[in-house]
Amino acid sequence: MRLSWWKWLTILLLLYTVVVGMLSEVPRLAILNETIRNLYFHVPMWFGMIVILLVSVVYSIKYLRNPLSRNDIIAYEAAKVGILFGVLGIITGMEWARFTWGEFWSNDPKQNASAIGLLIYFAYLILRGSFQDHQQRARIGAVYNIFAFAALIPLLFILPRLTDSLHPGNGGNPGFNAYDLDSRLRAVFYPAVLGWTLLGVWVVHLRTRLEVLKQRFYENA
Amino acid sequence: MLLKEVIYLMQKDFVLEWRQKYAFNGMLLYVGSTVFICYLSFSLRFGSLEVPVWNALYWIILLFTAVNAIAKGFAQESRGRLLYYYSVVSPQGVILAKMIYNAALMLVLSLLCFTFYAVVIGNPVQDVGMFLVTIVLGAIGFASSLTMISGIAAKAANTGTLMAVLSFPVMVPMLLMLMKMSKNAIDGLDPSVSLDEALVLLAINMIVVTVSYILFPYLWRS
Repeated sequence: MRLSWWKWLTILLLLYTVVVGMLSEVPRLAILNETIRNLYFHVPMWFGMIVILLVSVVYSIKYLRNPLSRNDIIAYEAAKVGILFGVLGIITGMEWARFTWGEFWSNDPKQNASAIGLLIYFAYLILRGSFQDHQQRARIGAVYNIFAFAALIPLLFILPRLTDSLHPGNGGNPGFNAYDLDSRLRAVFYPAVLGWTLLGVWVVHLRTRLEVLKQRFYENA
Repeated sequence: MLLKEVIYLMQKDFVLEWRQKYAFNGMLLYVGSTVFICYLSFSLRFGSLEVPVWNALYWIILLFTAVNAIAKGFAQESRGRLLYYYSVVSPQGVILAKMIYNAALMLVLSLLCFTFYAVVIGNPVQDVGMFLVTIVLGAIGFASSLTMISGIAAKAANTGTLMAVLSFPVMVPMLLMLMKMSKNAIDGLDPSVSLDEALVLLAINMIVVTVSYILFPYLWRS
């Protein structure tokens, strides 16, 4: 099996993340304790989601400039993978919150914002589903995708900073950056972000190839 | 050129609204009966609502009114008329005219809603001037984001559901800012406290209007 270099890199990074992330020394902090290892799994999901949704928006813009069905397929598949990352991020976050904040859902502004972000992208899927015509579906889907992303920016980057959050680093909670995101955490965190994001890109890549092949097959059948 | 088009299209929208008064009256009745249902279901004869509930209820009523009022913006235009516009005016003119017209409509509706709401349920607002500023910002914000969404939803089959599903999550940041601002106005806090929220609202509005302005031509073409 021949894989290109970045796929090997993904495999190595994720192996490193899981093995070293589980076994390495981590700072001992009150309340957080061992759950600090969630930093390697929960936080990269959001980085991955943002990057992959950005890919989706870029390909939506590309589609509007140049209506090739390949651009539309990439935008759609990337949005779906972005949703997957978002759902995983919410689940890992809720599990973590159960042990540190005491509740699965604590009405935290960041939790709410991510839930709303997911609602926006579910709406995108519904919108796409309600068109029969391929070109119309692609064009209007692209328009909504760009519009929704523009609406998502204030939601994710401005509002949580205006209100206090229970998340580490907000509202008087100890931040990872303050004194404890030391070199041990960084050494796993950055590779984890890169690894998970590359995994998302890989999934999008595979799904796109599959969809393009399917389309070609149905056209010739 | 664009300005002329916008003014002309707005005039057309106002004239149409005037000729089909039943649609506008329908919206008024919608607001009125919603407020009255809220009054009855909270059984307010025995006491008044608490301030946060009053505030939240007001904006939720407005949200639903806005979705209903603005949804018909593009849906009511017949196919032939849309084709006619397509040949004579620019898409930017259409979207700007619709936004301004919808903002005016929302302003009238939300002011009437406030009046009726205050009469029936009671008026705890201490700083009415600031509250009115919030209403103006809200009307502009609702109109700008919902106009584009109604354009998108009008293209699909199940316009009604789609309109709600597409618009609610997009409206949330705006709605939260509005509720915070109006809460400050109700409590009679100094206007400088609400400056942050007002600026964020204006920024969101600007993003939404710009994005709609750029994207609408692509929507229009299909």
